[in-house]
Amino acid sequence: MNPVLPFLEIEASSAPRVEVRFDGAPLLLPLGANLAAALLAAGIERFRNTPVSGAPRAPFCMMGACFDCLVEIDGVQRQACMIEVAEGLQITRPGSPEVRHVAS
Amino acid sequence: MSHRDLVIVGAGPAGMAAATEAANAGLSVTLLDEQPRAGGQIYRDVDHVPDHRAALLGPDYTAGRDLTVALRSSPVEHVTGAVVWSIEPGFCLSYSRDGRGAQLTADRVLLATGALERPMPLPGWTLPGVMTAGAGQILLKQSGVLARSAVLVGAGPLLYLIAVQMLRAGQPPLALVETQTGRNRRAALRHLGGALRGWPYMAKGLRMLAELKRGGVPRYIGAQDIRIEGDTRAEVLCFSHRGRIRRLACETVFLHHGVVPNTQAARALGVAHHWSTQQQCFVPTLDYWGRSDVPGVFVAGDGAGIGGAKAAALSGRLAALAIACDAARLTPDERDQRARPLRSARAREQAPRPFLDTAYPPCAQALSPRDETLVCRCEEVTAGTVRAHARAGCLGPNQTKAFGRVGMGPCQGRYCGLTVTALLAEATGQTPDQTGYYRIRPPLKPVTLGELASLKTPPATGEN
Repeated sequence: MNPVLPFLEIEASSAPRVEVRFDGAPLLLPLGANLAAALLAAGIERFRNTPVSGAPRAPFCMMGACFDCLVEIDGVQRQACMIEVAEGLQITRPGSPEVRHVAS
Repeated sequence: MSHRDLVIVGAGPAGMAAATEAANAGLSVTLLDEQPRAGGQIYRDVDHVPDHRAALLGPDYTAGRDLTVALRSSPVEHVTGAVVWSIEPGFCLSYSRDGRGAQLTADRVLLATGALERPMPLPGWTLPGVMTAGAGQILLKQSGVLARSAVLVGAGPLLYLIAVQMLRAGQPPLALVETQTGRNRRAALRHLGGALRGWPYMAKGLRMLAELKRGGVPRYIGAQDIRIEGDTRAEVLCFSHRGRIRRLACETVFLHHGVVPNTQAARALGVAHHWSTQQQCFVPTLDYWGRSDVPGVFVAGDGAGIGGAKAAALSGRLAALAIACDAARLTPDERDQRARPLRSARAREQAPRPFLDTAYPPCAQALSPRDETLVCRCEEVTAGTVRAHARAGCLGPNQTKAFGRVGMGPCQGRYCGLTVTALLAEATGQTPDQTGYYRIRPPLKPVTLGELASLKTPPATGEN
């Protein structure tokens, strides 16, 4: 556990860690974990930039209602808090300078 | 397309209890839920948590296992990971699951879609690191993830519960910044009779406050002028307290000033709603069984008005009894006989609500945000812009969409609707009922063209 991250895991996960890529960078996340929670625990602070002003956003409600945790997976914007970690997920930040396009 | 006597949306306490009761009364029941496992938000992943985490969360959380066990041993078809995006009259329900669309029809529909955090628009509330208190609970319950340097902001017993759980986990919050005042507490005293009828809750509340005091968690009661500062993330919580400006450095801010019914599905079906002065929100108009004015549509649980998990399960069972009776599986006498103990238990559960609602009212600053505060998170519209729409002749929440896109983003007004109603009502001098709310239309959640197209193509082998 990295002591400088804002979120910590209170117990060691028994799930095997699998590799996903977030904006190209490899991350090892617990298989089957809630993706938004796993990304927060891995130290990801910005999940996307808004299509209106480009402001950074991250998970807000964790229950599929606010859509602030939208990430792009296989070309589709999806709520990270409604997805489970699977091996090989290719995740990008919607609206980040690398991927500019209009939100759904 | 499959047909059911009853389809229930939402597998929290109300949905689980209703599904079990209705199926045991002989109805064919399908329970659709967005999550991978039953429990709703209050009992999120209750069957899955390791013992250590369950002990941390306490017996009121693990009590949810009674409902999940009963559900599993009933003949209910529980479809997990099902995101319902349309309910057409008749009823035809459309949902997405694993990237495919699916539909089923039903004679009756019970909406058990629970609650949302009351929108809490404060300066800086859109910054990364600012979350709802409910989100903090979900992170802990489902994922064992805890904030290291958090401030809890707002009003209500949920803040104490989270603070106590963080304390027990060895990561106490930096502070509780509470917006209720001593005047609120004195006003609540006239509801003390009801509070005493719900004495287990009051006892729990006092125990939690004592534990926080022993744990040395500072409480700032009556905080005002709250804002979250930070460039690209939350860095400082700033507020005034007893005439002094306070600045607390932190990484995470959990906001909470009550929860409100999630009325999206009920509104899309045309169910009548009215303003609850006590709960400061819209609630669907229902009889005591949970029956709405739309024939065949019932609502139970916090989506019908905030009452908490135990009241939700009881109201789910009551709705199921009424539905079973309507479907001629129970006689009215059988229904009434079974309902009697449930109704008195529900009244006991609801007894402390007037005390709590008065002692912990919504944060005034967030009910009428200053002009520069963003109220629509999705379209980034400020309170001042909505007020300007009202001055320019905007007649109601639906027109604000045309004036400036407020409420038109992906959350479909879930986190701005009540604020926009309040701002327009304030500007026009009308009541919330006169002002109204957004018209909610399907799709209730985003649906891809692929999911739509798959409704007409047979699934590939191995999928369902």
